[in-house]
Amino acid sequence: MEILVLLKQVPATESMIAIADDGVSIKADGLKYVINPYDELAVEEALKIRETHGGTVTIVTVGPAKAAEAIRTGLAMGADKGVLVDPGDLNCDGLAVAKLLAATIKSMPFDLIVAGHRAVDDDNFQVGPAVAELLAIPNISMAVKETIADGKITCTCTVEGGTKEVQAALPALISTQRGLNEPRYASLPGIMKAKKKPLETKSLADVGLDAAELQAKAMIKALHAPSVRKGGKMVEGDSVAAKVASLVKALHEEAKVI
Amino acid sequence: MMVLVIAEQLDGVFRKVTFEALSAARKLGTEVNAVALGSGIEEAAAELGKYGAAKILVADDAALADYTVDAYTNVLAEIIDQAGPAVVMLGATTQGKELAGRLSARLDAGLATDCVALKTEDGQVTATRPMYGGKVLADVTLMGKPVIVALRPNIIAAEEAPAEGDVEKVAVNVGEVRTQVISKQLETGKIDLTEAEVVVSGGRGMGGSDFSIIESLAEALNAAVGASRSAVDEGWRSAADQVGQTGKTVSPNLYVACGISGAIQHLAGMSSSKVIVAINKDPEAPIFSKADYGIVGDLFEVVPALTEAIKKLK
Repeated sequence: MEILVLLKQVPATESMIAIADDGVSIKADGLKYVINPYDELAVEEALKIRETHGGTVTIVTVGPAKAAEAIRTGLAMGADKGVLVDPGDLNCDGLAVAKLLAATIKSMPFDLIVAGHRAVDDDNFQVGPAVAELLAIPNISMAVKETIADGKITCTCTVEGGTKEVQAALPALISTQRGLNEPRYASLPGIMKAKKKPLETKSLADVGLDAAELQAKAMIKALHAPSVRKGGKMVEGDSVAAKVASLVKALHEEAKVI
Repeated sequence: MMVLVIAEQLDGVFRKVTFEALSAARKLGTEVNAVALGSGIEEAAAELGKYGAAKILVADDAALADYTVDAYTNVLAEIIDQAGPAVVMLGATTQGKELAGRLSARLDAGLATDCVALKTEDGQVTATRPMYGGKVLADVTLMGKPVIVALRPNIIAAEEAPAEGDVEKVAVNVGEVRTQVISKQLETGKIDLTEAEVVVSGGRGMGGSDFSIIESLAEALNAAVGASRSAVDEGWRSAADQVGQTGKTVSPNLYVACGISGAIQHLAGMSSSKVIVAINKDPEAPIFSKADYGIVGDLFEVVPALTEAIKKLK
């Protein structure tokens, strides 16, 4: 089974994010970069599928040169090879990234693509379904469980109010949701082996696209900090009962939320 | 500027975010129409007129009874092509976010998801949306026609504004449908976290999987129950209950955090709550600096007392 994993390098979720002087990007210095947590679930699931069905796990990433570190971590977890597509100076929106990935993938054999349902920097939820559309394959989102049998993949997916089971014939793309698995840590031998695993870098020209086709249709015009919550009001009282009574009164009369 | 709102329904009942989207559309565009997909929904679709839809396109077919991204993308792409809106708007629900993503590729359209504010400037739509788990707000300008905007639920108020509401049934062409819904496990009557007006969450301070006091408080408040990442990692609650940057984003009117310290990632999931109450025995817990009301105390005493006090209020 040929499995592709869409992987993005993002700032770690505990990062303090500061707006850069240009007002449209964030300050990169001092940030710790990691594999997008949902893509880590994707790598892990791909490895488990390979353990059951055999085959190869290839990581495909759109990003700058430093994103290769994230691919190496995926290779250290156990993936077989990686492809990095570097868009250079191009300001890509989600659709442009999807086009780059689809153009790269269409010349690769695959049975299944596993993607994170979103990246925790952009929070767009867009790339997975968009790549599937561009490759004309079905997609299933938010999988917390998957099984492959008779050329079909069946996923349990989270929806409002519970879960549903959705099935599609392969080749297909699925996106991961928290609860799907617990990603393994890269072992020291894994890290050593990863250094020798193939990691190819491609440019726009290598995947047959030019900048004009990838012009962003969603452009960030300004970044601003969210209004700071003025918290810190402590409810006073001599006893639990007194504090609780005071709180309920405030919630009812002041905040008017109950 | 014509805005076409994609209505979302489950078993013939429209989600509140659909009405919120119609209200937002009215402020954005000069003409607001709606499109509803489903089976046996023609009568229910008329309700969309109450919230400002001039024309209500109804795609009614047995093949659309259950949402599948394939069928809905195929049908909507055709409808959008014919109707020619400048803006396609929908709720940023689980279904909406997936559909918006696939449609953006089908239509080669700019997309802004999880929007908390919208405006037009020189004929272009600029959407304000959170990034980095809400640590930053981005003003994103969308270019081309159409553009797609998915609205975060529970941010913009749904306002009744009766309009013509002319229902027009459209021919349905589902095309090739390659995903099948095999079964659903939906807890009817249980309020979904992302749609709840009140959320009560438990964290590491719960000390174990017994969340009964949280559930009792939630019941008294007609609230949904959430959990911090710690509680989920410990195996006390399911991942579906997690509120946070790698869990769900909630925007209730009231969020009660019990035994939750307030890590940045948890705040990312609930910072757009209108009112935050924190209960924690550690007076230094970071959550207190973000809470509108904080009680330092033993949650095992405070939470049951709060439940009793709320019951008395009713």
